[in-house]
Amino acid sequence: MATGIKDKVAILGMGCTRFGERWDMGAEELMVEAFQECLADAGIERKDIQAAWLGHCLEEVGMGKSAAPMGVALRLPHIGITRVENYCATGTEAFRGAVYGVASGAYDICLAMGVEKLKDTGYGGLPNPGSGFGSLTWQWFPNASAPGFFAQIATAYAANHGIADKDLKRSLAHISAKSHANGALNPKAHLRRPVTIDQILASPIIAYPLGLFDCCGVSDGAACAVVTTPEIARGLGKKDLVSVKALQLSVSSGYEGAFNEWQGDNFYTAGKCSLAAYKEAGITNPREEIGMVELHDCFSITELVTYEDLHISERGNAWRDVLDGFYDRNGKIPAQIDGGLKCFGHPIGASGLRMIYEMYLQLSGKAGERQLANPRYGLTHNLGGFPHQNVCAITILGGDK
Amino acid sequence: MTGIVAYGAYIPRLRLSRLAIYQAMGWFAPALIMVAQGERSMCNFDEDSLTMAVAAARDCLTGMDKKAVDAAYLCSTTLPFADRQNASIMTTALNLRDDILTADITSSQRAGTTGLIAALDAVRAGSRRQVLLTATDKRETKPAYFYEMWFGDGAASLLVGDENVIAEFLGSYSVTHDFVDHYRGADRHYDYMWEERWVREEGYAKFIPQAVQGLLDKLTLSMQDVGKLVFPCLFKAEHRTIAKGLGAAPAQVMDTMHDICGETGAAHPLLMLTAALEAAKPGELIVVAGFGQGCDALAFRVTEHITKLSPRRGFKGALADKRPTDNYMKFLKFRELIQPEMGIRAEAPAQTAMTALWRNRRMLTGLVGGKCRACGTPQFPKQDYCVNPVCCAYQSQDDYEFADVPAQILSFTGDLLAVSVDPPAVYGTVQFAGGGRFLADFTDCDAQDVRVGLPVKMAFRRRFTDSERGFTGYFWKAVPQSQPQTASTEAVAGKEVQ
Repeated sequence: MATGIKDKVAILGMGCTRFGERWDMGAEELMVEAFQECLADAGIERKDIQAAWLGHCLEEVGMGKSAAPMGVALRLPHIGITRVENYCATGTEAFRGAVYGVASGAYDICLAMGVEKLKDTGYGGLPNPGSGFGSLTWQWFPNASAPGFFAQIATAYAANHGIADKDLKRSLAHISAKSHANGALNPKAHLRRPVTIDQILASPIIAYPLGLFDCCGVSDGAACAVVTTPEIARGLGKKDLVSVKALQLSVSSGYEGAFNEWQGDNFYTAGKCSLAAYKEAGITNPREEIGMVELHDCFSITELVTYEDLHISERGNAWRDVLDGFYDRNGKIPAQIDGGLKCFGHPIGASGLRMIYEMYLQLSGKAGERQLANPRYGLTHNLGGFPHQNVCAITILGGDK
Repeated sequence: MTGIVAYGAYIPRLRLSRLAIYQAMGWFAPALIMVAQGERSMCNFDEDSLTMAVAAARDCLTGMDKKAVDAAYLCSTTLPFADRQNASIMTTALNLRDDILTADITSSQRAGTTGLIAALDAVRAGSRRQVLLTATDKRETKPAYFYEMWFGDGAASLLVGDENVIAEFLGSYSVTHDFVDHYRGADRHYDYMWEERWVREEGYAKFIPQAVQGLLDKLTLSMQDVGKLVFPCLFKAEHRTIAKGLGAAPAQVMDTMHDICGETGAAHPLLMLTAALEAAKPGELIVVAGFGQGCDALAFRVTEHITKLSPRRGFKGALADKRPTDNYMKFLKFRELIQPEMGIRAEAPAQTAMTALWRNRRMLTGLVGGKCRACGTPQFPKQDYCVNPVCCAYQSQDDYEFADVPAQILSFTGDLLAVSVDPPAVYGTVQFAGGGRFLADFTDCDAQDVRVGLPVKMAFRRRFTDSERGFTGYFWKAVPQSQPQTASTEAVAGKEVQ
């Protein structure tokens, strides 16, 4: 009988680069920057790492296929390295591999690395894969962009819940303004300028109804974690351990996109994935027990409906919670304390680990100016793909008590 | 009895004001003002002669048994493929039988009438019971040319058979001359036109009377017997003069549709015939002629059965379903007569796997999904396991055609980031009545008019063009309907394929 992941694996150390338009570095150098910080934080050496997982999504503008580029860049001594890719949930997927490597008893210490180099395309936004997007998919899927896919959530949400366009836009603007305020406090964030609600509402439309400030930054960056068992961590002299309470994944079955029930205004995977995570962590009332969240706010509307998918806000009510300040820095459940994808930035493969990095800092009291008072559980939510067909990954982290 | 069993028409929604052409280019070609009246039909960026042909043929087959079609001819001078039979793409899109004869008939403006004669002869000879004859054209000219003013885009389709005939075929008469009023070399994009005065006097004014009078003499009929004389002619005055010379009074002569549509090439005689049939009474004699390297003429007697033909959109419906525009720059861009910067994002790879297209041809070209025998769920695409999470039956689905199933918008966006010839790219999830949904491009709409719940109809359109390899990919898009759907389509639920 499976017993879940709770308290079987602890984080020994983490590293994260400054995110942004890193014209100075390729993916290889970004990994090194995160790895240097991580080794120092963990207090171990390269040779102590027994296996590694690399999360890297868009190899065509990054390092190419396989895990070899990481082995070479970090000079890892011929250990087992696995490259994983699961859309924007790639970073959490890499973490999952390393955590399971330790939990299985196969290894004592594992590395999870997420990296993405997006700013080598020559244009804004994510790369356009064209006919590289699957030999069949290319022939019938709309030539859509990421904002366009997610904007549809907004039109369906407004229609299904009878919310006036201006109310929804105001709530979405509040979400972005909150993340900008948080990002301004984070020296590693891509976008560090606070913006006003009026600025956000006046920004040009990218994909109706989403405007420029509803969209996250397209960034370069890397983040990594070294994980081990709580016993080994304590043996290495670590105190105030941050341990994994839950690690869940949910992937679409085609139900949303091709069956007739899904209403197009939520993420079906996130609804299921969060319940599985709460069960694994032993959480019964997330609205009361979760202390902070890092959500996959690729677009403001994604963050809004995810509040509901996580069973924290009631269906159709998240926009009110947002306007009430429930998710602000000083609210009940602060969201995107580090600026989120919106302002910390979104190097695809690194994002899941970047969220875990913030939870780790907060739970071990290392978050500096952003430090929250006594958070108990931190939840990260990492989503890849499209509203109707996606990969949802959720981790819950907490103190090892 | 051999003759026409059904008709259908298609004119693109977009209609360009001819004055807009003059306003943009009158400084360069002042004489354009002489023909700058009315509007010409104009393909959207995702339309071509093939997509228009499919639309006209779908209209024609409304209420007909598609599986009874034994042959399909596609007539045009502007088909997208020089060597890949275009008619076979059309029949795949229409989900006709596989064991049928198909052919492209091309290289002349009279391809439409010649194809119609071939279809009628095949049925009359008893070698085919039903032949679908479709004519279409989207002709290109350089900007600021009389022919740019005169031409329009459109298609017409006729089902020819020996049962339930609405217009009996009486006979045909053809004359063939290697008369080069214009030509287009096999490697060229544009026509090369000779002087209009010569074309009018030595071409139109001689060959059309030769063919029409030849036909009447052959059938021992006279112009007094004719209810409608149908023939295209680019030149308005010459059109009148030719008809008068043949003894036809103005009321007997079918309008050339210059003011409302423009001349649609090989399709035009048949598009005009479709309009004539729509207005015809039983017993009426219709003579139709098509000019091009000589002339074809055909005679039909309208039967009582025309009153029983199932309702369809037809020519009038297609003409009425329009979006007027005076944006000549859009016309130029859609036809690649200007090349505005598309940005690096547009440089994405565009090679298409022919193997994947072949395996999935019914899905991609025919919009055929599946319907589960175990739980009854229609779904797209058809896959080995049923999508219903409480069913998941294995290989339980029969083919299910979505093209004519009523649908509505579940979600949408207008995307200004995605590469588009006509931004914003409008797309969203389409929900079909009775079940089935998928993410689809929308077309022929303004983003600001789109809303959740709006009804849509599916249309066969260009999905992408691969200019590097000369390939065009086709799929189906959703066309938002501003007006309530017509009775003929409202009643049709999903059609299960036997």
